[in-house]
Amino acid sequence: MTWVLENLGLIGKLTLLHLATAIPAIVLSFVLSIPIGWVANRFRWSRGTLLAACALLYAIPSLPLFLVMPLIIGSGLRDSINVTISLTIYGIALMARSTADGLAAVDADVNQSATAVGFSAWSRFWRVELPLAGPVLLAGLRVVAVSTISLTTVGAVLGIGSLGLLFTDGLQRSIPEEVMSGIALTIVMALAVDLILVQLGRVIMPWSRVKSGRAGGQPAPGVPQAVIL
Amino acid sequence: MNYLTEAFDWIFDPGHYGGFDGIDVRLTQHVVISLAVILVAAVIAIPLGYLVGHTGRGRGLAVAVSGGIRALPTLGLLIIIALGVGIGLTAPFAALVVLAIPSILAGAYAGFEAIDRRTIDAARAVGMTEWQIVGRVEIPLGLPLLIGGLRLAALQVIATATLADYVGGGGLGLFLFRGLKTNDYPQMLAGSIVVILLALVSEVAFSVIQRLAVPAGVSAGLKQDVRVKSVGFHVAQG
Repeated sequence: MTWVLENLGLIGKLTLLHLATAIPAIVLSFVLSIPIGWVANRFRWSRGTLLAACALLYAIPSLPLFLVMPLIIGSGLRDSINVTISLTIYGIALMARSTADGLAAVDADVNQSATAVGFSAWSRFWRVELPLAGPVLLAGLRVVAVSTISLTTVGAVLGIGSLGLLFTDGLQRSIPEEVMSGIALTIVMALAVDLILVQLGRVIMPWSRVKSGRAGGQPAPGVPQAVIL
Repeated sequence: MNYLTEAFDWIFDPGHYGGFDGIDVRLTQHVVISLAVILVAAVIAIPLGYLVGHTGRGRGLAVAVSGGIRALPTLGLLIIIALGVGIGLTAPFAALVVLAIPSILAGAYAGFEAIDRRTIDAARAVGMTEWQIVGRVEIPLGLPLLIGGLRLAALQVIATATLADYVGGGGLGLFLFRGLKTNDYPQMLAGSIVVILLALVSEVAFSVIQRLAVPAGVSAGLKQDVRVKSVGFHVAQG
């Protein structure tokens, strides 16, 4: 604990850097995957193609992607934007699939009823389909949030600021306490963000509370079950 | 795009092959490490997953463990082990096994769980023993999902094995870290390209195996297009 107490300033700074890199990636992947998931689900040809493309994007290892990113967007080698954009790509790769699955699981009868009572296609999507797909989207987003926060640490081997710097610095200076606190803080941050998402889901989707013990608790079908590097 | 040309020149430079730091040598190391990790993880995770899937017990625990490991940063795990056992392959190997277990475990038990209960009841009704049910019904029907789990694990391990050389464990990470130290961007890029290609090759290989693993005449084990499935469901209800 002494190491932690003596370095609270550093820990605070790295926590903020970590959040500043990871949170935009989580938000962006959620927002961008809505139109992609919609297109994937809308046309028969697009589902297989788009979801296969997502699976392929997800297959790119993260550290190499961080290194290739400057070539694509013209950033510096150690800019945190490389990490944010790379993690957004992984997030989309997972979320687009959840979104498409969630939308596909909306009962066709419900859609027809909504159309029959006068919803336009646009308002039906936002007010019927998307809310009903909500629990599946939430399950996908929880996986994305946790793995994004965990993956953000990898940027540290390039010197990009995050809690991961506690790992690399702890290795160089042989301070196990520093590495342990980095691991603990990363897990705590991931769990905290996960908890916030669950609570947000309860507030935004009160109807899912009845069965939320299951709906929110597990990743959606088709969501890969783990972290990639 | 100039860097890209330089990176490919770097890859095709005959001087970068052979010896302790040759591309071919490092690629082989990377593949061997990844395969060994998957093998060890599979030996641990598949029997456990089958036990959970067959008995239905311990499912909550398995899900919780898989979820918990998702939050665990692999780089941190690797480094904390390295601080204990010293630099070399031991630390990355152990960290990679921990990383690979959840996907394989999930693939194993999900494969069993996805089987229609009536199929298993039928197997029991025609007099199969529990071992026969596991060996001749559940394992073949669960195979595609198990291979899906192995596929994901292989992807993660190949990607993360790049970090092994950060603590002197060998593999393709050498080119990334050496390039970083000497500010040699083409070398980093070359190493990155080789790792990316290796990951894509593994994906393609596993997707072929996954298709071949479906027992003849059975498509039930394979995840269908959700829309096709829901249409089928409506027909069955009608």
